[in-house]
Amino acid sequence: MKPKTADKIATTFIVFFALLIVAILIGLLGYILVRGLNHISWDFLTSAPQKIRAGGGVGPQLFNSLYLLVLTLLITVPLGLGAGIFMAEYARPGKLTNFIRLIVEVLSSFPSIIVGLFGLLLIVNYFELGFSLISGAIALTFFNLPLMVRITEQAFRTVPKAQKEAGFALGLSKWKIVTSVLLPVALPTIITGTILSAGRVFGEAAALMFTAGMSSPRLNFSDWNPLHANSPLNPFRPAETLAVHIWKINSEGLAPDAIQIAAGASAVLVITVLLFNLLARYFGRLIYRKLTASKRIN
Amino acid sequence: MQFRKSWIMALALTSVVALSACGNSNNAATNNGGNNAAATNTPTESSSGADLSGSILASGSTALQPLVELAAESFMDANSGVDIQVQGGGSGTGLTQVSEGQVDIGNSDVFAEEKLKDADAAKAEALVDHQVAVVAIAAVSNPDAGVDSLTKQQLVDIFTGKITNWSEVGGTDQAIQIINRPSSSGTRATFEAFALGTKTEDLQGSVQEDSSGTVKKMIGETPGAIGYLALSYLDDTIKTINYDGVEPSVDNVVSGDYPVWAYQHMYTNGEPNEVVKAFLDYMLTDEVQNGDVVELGYIPASAMQVSRDVEGNVTAK
Amino acid sequence: MRGKTNKKKIEKHHIEDLVGRIYMSFCVLLLIVIIVSMVYFVASKGLANFISGRVSLSDFLFGTKWAPEADTPSFGALPFISGSFLVTLLAALIASPLSICAALFMTEIVPGWGKKLLQPVIELLSGIPSVVYGFVGLSVIVPFLRDTFPGQGIGVAAGALVLSVMILPTITSVAADALASLPQNLKESSFALGATRWQTISRVILPTTMPAIMTGVVLGMARAFGEALAVQMVIGNAPFVPRSLFESASTLTSVITLSMGNTTLGSTLNNALWSMALVLMLMTFVFVLLVRMLERRNKI
Repeated sequence: MKPKTADKIATTFIVFFALLIVAILIGLLGYILVRGLNHISWDFLTSAPQKIRAGGGVGPQLFNSLYLLVLTLLITVPLGLGAGIFMAEYARPGKLTNFIRLIVEVLSSFPSIIVGLFGLLLIVNYFELGFSLISGAIALTFFNLPLMVRITEQAFRTVPKAQKEAGFALGLSKWKIVTSVLLPVALPTIITGTILSAGRVFGEAAALMFTAGMSSPRLNFSDWNPLHANSPLNPFRPAETLAVHIWKINSEGLAPDAIQIAAGASAVLVITVLLFNLLARYFGRLIYRKLTASKRIN
Repeated sequence: MQFRKSWIMALALTSVVALSACGNSNNAATNNGGNNAAATNTPTESSSGADLSGSILASGSTALQPLVELAAESFMDANSGVDIQVQGGGSGTGLTQVSEGQVDIGNSDVFAEEKLKDADAAKAEALVDHQVAVVAIAAVSNPDAGVDSLTKQQLVDIFTGKITNWSEVGGTDQAIQIINRPSSSGTRATFEAFALGTKTEDLQGSVQEDSSGTVKKMIGETPGAIGYLALSYLDDTIKTINYDGVEPSVDNVVSGDYPVWAYQHMYTNGEPNEVVKAFLDYMLTDEVQNGDVVELGYIPASAMQVSRDVEGNVTAK
Repeated sequence: MRGKTNKKKIEKHHIEDLVGRIYMSFCVLLLIVIIVSMVYFVASKGLANFISGRVSLSDFLFGTKWAPEADTPSFGALPFISGSFLVTLLAALIASPLSICAALFMTEIVPGWGKKLLQPVIELLSGIPSVVYGFVGLSVIVPFLRDTFPGQGIGVAAGALVLSVMILPTITSVAADALASLPQNLKESSFALGATRWQTISRVILPTTMPAIMTGVVLGMARAFGEALAVQMVIGNAPFVPRSLFESASTLTSVITLSMGNTTLGSTLNNALWSMALVLMLMTFVFVLLVRMLERRNKI
């Protein structure tokens, strides 16, 4: 075969497969949205699920997912920033650093089911936190933390060296340099990365079935005191998230419209993850623009 | 050197934080109204008459969960001081957690003695059984199989792989596809004990699903499929098969003519405290038994004309 | 006077620095504590059966009979272990060529809009929750396989197909990064010698980036190996080593999700499931070590 023909055939193949992936995504999204969208309404998004009658919604589940995400980020972000900055700026190359990096890698590739089982054993049963939002948040932290560490480390490494050296020249302490010079520059990358990782947390089910539980108590949406048992903000109550809810009604749903609810909930889940993606891009661009603009003024 | 020092300090710090965290978590859980064992041991404050207060945590069987949740809602409406949380997790989880005091009630679709055996037999003895409902299980097939009734022997032959085509039992010429449950499933234990009368081994190529929803979906979609479902899941997408000529109906179960049924148990560790007892009593009132229980497709335990013990011996009431 | 303030400032700096260091060390220590306790707990549960002698290690690893509730229970986990490997390898075989093509498309064929088109596609694919993948697999892939191939649709093939879509993004993004970081002059000298684009890709680009691309493949396999819910929904869960791709089979993760809730803590079956979790965990280590080896070779 002539090299030119081989080239053409190969190129066609590559383009075909690349477009196939695009087609798979469009097909997937299309399938989920077409089946789910006509079931989504304001009522569906806000009302509580029904056990045996049709017309239930996913209001509490949607709230739980978002609240759990906030709790998880509250724990993960400070810890991830700390460990990430350490890895990027303080750790000297050596066995210890190498070991920590290995740990981060292992932790981030642990199957989520193992994280869930570990959570069930340790957090739910041993520490007696029960099936609760806080148990779920801690379990999610286990695999979101290494991601955060990696994001932070990479973000800090991309900061130009000159900025750091200028800080040292001014006689600033290292900590001061990290917090006031490097962090602002690294922030856009960190925020984008955090939002993207939030998408993963939002869709997680396997780890949460064993930790945050598969039921939601009656919520009183007018009581916002986190210490009250029926308050939506109480972190010690069990909480079924949207992804777990899809799993549950798929498997044990008694409501006559279980299939439609699963389809609708899937669509809500996918749309939310889409929003996260768009938000990440938008924020990244916005902050980048602000930072570059401020540089020009200075 | 300084590096090492900071490490030691950090170590000390972590242990302090970890310790205080443990303390906190315990306090939080108890303050929260006794999410844990504490509730079982300490009687609730107001022990006088009607205004009950306290909290109940139940976990276990996903088959029983909807019923308990529904009953819990109406119970909480009547007793505003009581907070009941119902978790799934499976019968095994429920029994583990109730015997270790992590929950007040463990829901199970099998007798505790069947799960807690050998070394754990003592744990099963400490549990007090409360039978709140009965679930009957029917053999079902894909509508195209063309069979209305199967005998016990035919079912055994199908589930042990001796009969592999529907035509051998008077149906259409279609290979039989078994949709089974995992061997740890309570539903399977019930079906094997009372419909087949024998334990079966898994067959190569059979499908196993734990959840009734998935089993139903698969039987409805797969040509030649056979499986078994609780009565509450039966509808037109699948065909209900009579057992030895007896229709799996509520009346036949109540009279004892249809044998494939099992109790739904709510176990407590020792005798329940006042609040838990009030709730369990409420589960057995006519309001629940003829209301939620029937509505969800269970059979009221109170209506049964026969009763059965752990060994499976049936006696007329 | 001036010296004093200076000294104070330095002290303040020192304290700030120290607090910062302590905080960071705490974070890192936490990471270590988490992983150590995880390994410890899973290992202690997972080894319990072998230590107490209720199940022998070789029976567990090489036994093909899984009958935990039988009168003489046997706990052979080979069907699950082999199922996990089979599904993972198949998924990687399907996904790798697709992903490499996509990466080539983004970096070599049409670097401009190719990247603009595929980058968001890849990100979105990786963002779709696994429950949704399982749901779609059960309602689209299984009926499709049932109508086109012998068997019931559920089985190894369905599991591998669902997984391959799930690991596409992982492999593609790693491969694309590797291709993009290739020195430009390598390509240019190949073109200067009169090679066509395909010759350049097949003889220069792919051989030099292969270790990096393999990193992506291994990372993808690690994800496939540990994925639970999506696989469990479509694979059929029969505890046997499958005889064909269209026959119901099980993976380690599927049997854990299926049976864990039905067992009581401390029972032999429960511990056997933990042993499987331990196998999963050990495989994670193997995958990570593989990635490290590949990365090291990539550096040289």
